[in-house]
Amino acid sequence: MEVAKHWRETPERYRLEAGKCSKCGKISFPGRLICPECGYREFVIHKLSGKGKLDTFTIIRTAPSGFEDLAPYAVGIVELEDGIKILGQITDCDPETLKTGDKLVAKFRRINEDGKTGMIYYAYKFVPDVGI
Amino acid sequence: MVGIVGYGTQIPRYRIKVEEIAKVWGADAPSYKKGLNLNEKSVPCPDEDTATLAVNAARNAMIRAGINPKDIGAVYVGSESHPYAVKPTGTIVSEALGACPYVHTADLEFACKAGSEGMFIALHLVKSGIVKYALGIGADTSQGAPGDALEYSASAGAAAYVMGADNLVAELIDTHCFMTDTPDFWRREHANYPEHGGRFTGEPAYMKHVSGAVRAILEKTNIRPEDFNYMIFHQPNGKFPVQMALKLGFKEPQFRHGLLTPTLGNTYSGSSPLGLAATLDVAKPGEQILMVSYGSGAGSDAFIFKATKRLDEVRNLVPLVRKQLDEHKIYLEYGQYAKFRHKILKPE
Amino acid sequence: MRDVAIIGIGMTKFGELWEKSLRDLAVEAALKCLADAGTDRIDSITIGCMTGGLFNGQEHLASLIPDYLGRRNTPAVRVESACASGGMAVRAAFMEVASGMSDYVLALGVEKMNDVSGDLATAALATAADGDYEAFHGINFPGLYALMARAHMEKYGTTREQLALVAVKNHRNGALNPHSQFPMEITVDTVLKSAGVADPLCLFDCSPVTDGAAAVLLTTVDEAKKLGKQPLVVISGIGAATDTIALSQRKDILKLEAIELAAQRALKMAGKTIKDIQFAEVHDCFTIAEIMVIEALGIVEPGQGGPATAAGLTALDGKFPINPSGGLKSKGHPVGATGVAQICEAVTQLRRQAGKRQIKNAKTALTQNMGGSGGSCVIHILEAK
Repeated sequence: MEVAKHWRETPERYRLEAGKCSKCGKISFPGRLICPECGYREFVIHKLSGKGKLDTFTIIRTAPSGFEDLAPYAVGIVELEDGIKILGQITDCDPETLKTGDKLVAKFRRINEDGKTGMIYYAYKFVPDVGI
Repeated sequence: MVGIVGYGTQIPRYRIKVEEIAKVWGADAPSYKKGLNLNEKSVPCPDEDTATLAVNAARNAMIRAGINPKDIGAVYVGSESHPYAVKPTGTIVSEALGACPYVHTADLEFACKAGSEGMFIALHLVKSGIVKYALGIGADTSQGAPGDALEYSASAGAAAYVMGADNLVAELIDTHCFMTDTPDFWRREHANYPEHGGRFTGEPAYMKHVSGAVRAILEKTNIRPEDFNYMIFHQPNGKFPVQMALKLGFKEPQFRHGLLTPTLGNTYSGSSPLGLAATLDVAKPGEQILMVSYGSGAGSDAFIFKATKRLDEVRNLVPLVRKQLDEHKIYLEYGQYAKFRHKILKPE
Repeated sequence: MRDVAIIGIGMTKFGELWEKSLRDLAVEAALKCLADAGTDRIDSITIGCMTGGLFNGQEHLASLIPDYLGRRNTPAVRVESACASGGMAVRAAFMEVASGMSDYVLALGVEKMNDVSGDLATAALATAADGDYEAFHGINFPGLYALMARAHMEKYGTTREQLALVAVKNHRNGALNPHSQFPMEITVDTVLKSAGVADPLCLFDCSPVTDGAAAVLLTTVDEAKKLGKQPLVVISGIGAATDTIALSQRKDILKLEAIELAAQRALKMAGKTIKDIQFAEVHDCFTIAEIMVIEALGIVEPGQGGPATAAGLTALDGKFPINPSGGLKSKGHPVGATGVAQICEAVTQLRRQAGKRQIKNAKTALTQNMGGSGGSCVIHILEAK
């Protein structure tokens, strides 16, 4: 039962909401209570664009439990237009054809589920930005 | 005056061809293709479901609408494949859009008509003045039993409509419903696949309800078939809507743009809403559009819209239906398809 | 602060030890350590263990281990910093002795990983990543290191073969170590043709799942001299540092900042530079890790880890031997025990007791132990006096 644990992350996972430091402007995702750049403690919500380019990636062939049916699948670090990097799966593609530098865009997808009868966990994944 | 403020769609990238399915079941692909006017269908990625398709379609609709999500007063998601039996899809969509918490939401189910029901409620709720904007979404990852005729057509996709009273891309002229209790297709609780009445799904079901709704709205509005620039009927296959349209006096150029089934399959609750979206993608200001859904069980909702000038301004803000349908397709073999659709038995 | 010496070391065999439990392993390593030290005195115990809870359903090792070691009333504490737990336990023991709080402190590392399936072991290890923003998305440690490996290959031209050569070299060393889990020599082909795990890493780029324990006994240099220990092995420097838990939040994922800082701190404390060090035991949880760590330690320039490995710099007979024990790759990686086992190897070398894998004239050593994808690190400098 990880219901509350997932639900608590809804702003980040469903809407890509980050925290922007009110003093130095550093964007933190997920949000924090203390700015890692300047130590300031006030933030405004910053909605990430979800658009960026692939910084580095791997193709997971031996998957962690709960992800076996997706293998082989790509996970990468994406450098967003907002200037920060986030990690996520890259779906809707043949992972063998991915290249670093590829343009990607965030979509809303299923990440995992708590068995066949449990909660379904939704969040962002990235897809190639091919205009569809 | 109320109508559509923004619309958006999402179609999965994966496809399977009729031949690939027919090969497995020893069926005659050419007769299916010709008989159903169907070449291939969309298949959801394993990480897509009704909620994700609805959210991604709704995000596109919101971009075209250009409104603040907090101004959305209602969200209705119509589907026969809601991810949960109990727990709304609408809350997921509302939360993902940033519309919570002052929003009314409901999940709708009426076979393939659930999407247009959401549109119907959204339009009339706006018209009543209770909410500023309301979303009506049709989304499905529909299931056809392996080897059944439905397996060739049951596909996935979503269309979302932001309804409002200002900044319209299409003005609502009128609506009309036609509904009876006609059991042509159903799925019981806990059943994996729907069952249907075979040829009973035709004349007494689809044909009767679609034509009933069309005749009623034409009579009510005093508009003739030839007065429409475009028309969309629900598309369980590529044959029924064409037969019906021709019989009611419509011509091919009127339904050409909205007829998506031959390469999309039947997206159930997304079917006629997706056809309408593809039509809005080409409609010019002032043109009139007739859309008629059909849901087994059975009923039809008819809508008449008139495109406005704003349509041209917002159309290209997000991908067009034909682009999602025709470009960057990834074809699956039946084995992959069976895995994607959880048709392979695995140990618990 | 008092000077601290290591007067005893003890290790179990590393491997799939089906007949031995978590407590059996801990007790065996401790007893070997006490026998090696030639004393029975333990004033306090520090225990490095990443997650007895997830691997064995057993926490509270601070009670379990003294109890089963026959030291029921001895104070003990468990130290956790993922795969750096062992090294951090030694650091905690050092601080107790150096501060004057205790005179004889046993630092023990243990992990019993084979009591759960491979799936669950991987899941347990994944708790050392950012659970909500890494593991949640279906990435595990091979995957995280693979992200670094691809970036390293693309930025510096590091090759797949150079990565494989780390494993080849460590298995060559490990074949000479009686404690090794996989004491067999392998070839570049063995690595490249092994099953894909997370591109570009294959199975033989990864350290194994291992059961094992290791222990060291620390006391003051004065006490050690009284016991007549010769050669006297002292801990002359310790440095520890941390970094972001999530790999994606690093400014440069090819910069292991915690390792750089820990090394600077340890060397400064010892009054040395990396040039004064003769060999190192480093945390080669994956082949790419060893390459990046020797760069972070300043043994080679950034980007030169691969070519240096291929040129034999880090081989047993090279200019700067790395992982004479066989490393995590061949010796095995019982996570909580690893940092302690590295120190056992360094002491063995400094005492000139390493047999066929003995490094000539070994006098100064460095051990580097890290947690997660480099989110925490502890480094020890050891010297034979």
